[in-house]
Amino acid sequence: MSYLAVEDLSISFGGIRAVDDVSFEVEEGEVFAIIGPNGAGKTTLFNLVSGIYFPDAGSVRFAGRDITSLPAHRIAPLGLARTFQNIELFEHATVLQNLLIGRHVHRRSTALSHLLFLPAVRREELEHRRRVEDVIDLLELAHYREQRIANLPYGVRKVVEVGRALCLEPKLLLLDEPTSGLNPEESEDMGFWIEDINRDLGVTVVMVAHDMGLVSRVAGRVLALNEGRVIAEGSAAEVQKNPAVVDAYLGAD
Amino acid sequence: MRFLFKTHYNQDIDHLKHGGDRFWYGLLLVLVAAAPAALGTFYLGELNLVMIYAIAGVGLMLLVGYTGQVSLGHAAFLAIGAYTHSLLLGAGLPFLLSIVAAVLVSALVGAGVGWIALRMTGIYLAIATLAFAMLTEQTISRAEWLTGGFRGLAVPQASLFGMPLTQGWQHYYVTLTLLVVTLLAALNILRSSTGRAMVAIRDSEISAESVGINLAVYKTLAFALSAGITGLAGALFAHRLGYLSPDAFTFLISLQLLLMVVVGGVGSMRGVIYGALFIGFLPQLLAIARDTLPPQIAQAPGLEPGIFGLILVLVILFEPQGIFGRWLKIKSYFQLFPLYRRATHRRQKTYLRTERLR
Repeated sequence: MSYLAVEDLSISFGGIRAVDDVSFEVEEGEVFAIIGPNGAGKTTLFNLVSGIYFPDAGSVRFAGRDITSLPAHRIAPLGLARTFQNIELFEHATVLQNLLIGRHVHRRSTALSHLLFLPAVRREELEHRRRVEDVIDLLELAHYREQRIANLPYGVRKVVEVGRALCLEPKLLLLDEPTSGLNPEESEDMGFWIEDINRDLGVTVVMVAHDMGLVSRVAGRVLALNEGRVIAEGSAAEVQKNPAVVDAYLGAD
Repeated sequence: MRFLFKTHYNQDIDHLKHGGDRFWYGLLLVLVAAAPAALGTFYLGELNLVMIYAIAGVGLMLLVGYTGQVSLGHAAFLAIGAYTHSLLLGAGLPFLLSIVAAVLVSALVGAGVGWIALRMTGIYLAIATLAFAMLTEQTISRAEWLTGGFRGLAVPQASLFGMPLTQGWQHYYVTLTLLVVTLLAALNILRSSTGRAMVAIRDSEISAESVGINLAVYKTLAFALSAGITGLAGALFAHRLGYLSPDAFTFLISLQLLLMVVVGGVGSMRGVIYGALFIGFLPQLLAIARDTLPPQIAQAPGLEPGIFGLILVLVILFEPQGIFGRWLKIKSYFQLFPLYRRATHRRQKTYLRTERLR
């Protein structure tokens, strides 16, 4: 039984089949990349897996559990975290607050005890803070800790979003184009962090990427989509040579 | 300029961050506690009213400023609090118990409204809450057997620990205590995961969901909290009015409450206090203005709501952070002098966001 199993997943928006009969499996501990030209359905696939859309057909199983019809806020506590292609941070809050919000699934106290801020709540807050500081250390965000997201440059926001996802202490991390819009240096850092997250923290990573350099460096297996369908699957080198993939990107004769 | 050296995470959790905070807030508390000795009956009454507004403002700020849900109907919760408190007090319940009951009833109604309004955002939510306020006003005026309708309802004399509350200063201290308690409770919520969940919903619903925040639960909770606190203000407001009738809780009051939150500074609890002071002393300013304006304008019907609306629009256009935001700018001007740049507080560009799913 594989860790994340997507089976015959389909969804249509109006007349367009954005994701059409897609199946793939991700093993625990690997880095799995999804590539494809614009409009191939990569982000829609992520939205289906993370519970933001519900599929017309097919199923998603995660860690042996059927999560097809669970809403996003019930999938997150199972250990699945994600980032967004165009960055969805809490803009009017600081980096620290953003990361603390990422700890939401680990809260233990009730709203009533928050009203009184009982000693147990303070202990819990300190515990959250320690975990958040670990993430800040890992991603080298200490310099930006107290800054509001609205004042941060794009590259840092991208890192903060990964940080927020890590604060969930996920088992599976979905990264939607982690290097889009980053300069070569920032992209390279992101590549190292993805490797760290995978090896040191033991998190299984599924990422959507356009940057084939990054994909060949960190991803064990690659899935290529085009117009909502799977066109190839295999190692980065295999997929890059696959004639269907070359056609999808460059056009057939 | 002050540089704060932090040696423990508790320093980020505590309400008072450093010695300066402790000194100034302590001084403020001493001043307001000593106010009855220095102020006459009229100004003490006005200050009491300002604090009642401030309590209601804390409630509305939690909803509007921190959860991002607009309400144009908070006068209804004020009314529910006021009527519940008066009726229960009339039925012989002790003062404190009756206040607690007023808070609970308002919170319950608020939860109901929040739950019904879950799918609505922005202007639609504002209209829905406005409709709810009108419904409440109508219900109160028709339910004569309970509320006395337009004949009104006399608010019974309250007594605390066997001591009748007749004097202005007694009410003043009751209100002051409850304001401090409310502020502390609200700030406690905001520094815990419940408050952070509210902020998350305000800034991005889709990523709030993705980190495991149940939108329905937290929106309903925010409504309940907000309504409960506003209900508390209503109960105190009842004593201020002395005589309740439905036309004491009109749309104008809802607008005033929203004005307080926006003028004070959305997203800050200190802004609530500034806003309450502004709202509290606005009628006096208007009265003075009336004397100097030509009678055609001064006696025109609808002058007050017109001015309220105008202020709301001007503040949103020119100082969206309200009085609190202006204060921050002035403060940083002096802290950074002579290096202050206007660009420091310019609104930053928002990068492209994921297309909204609703």
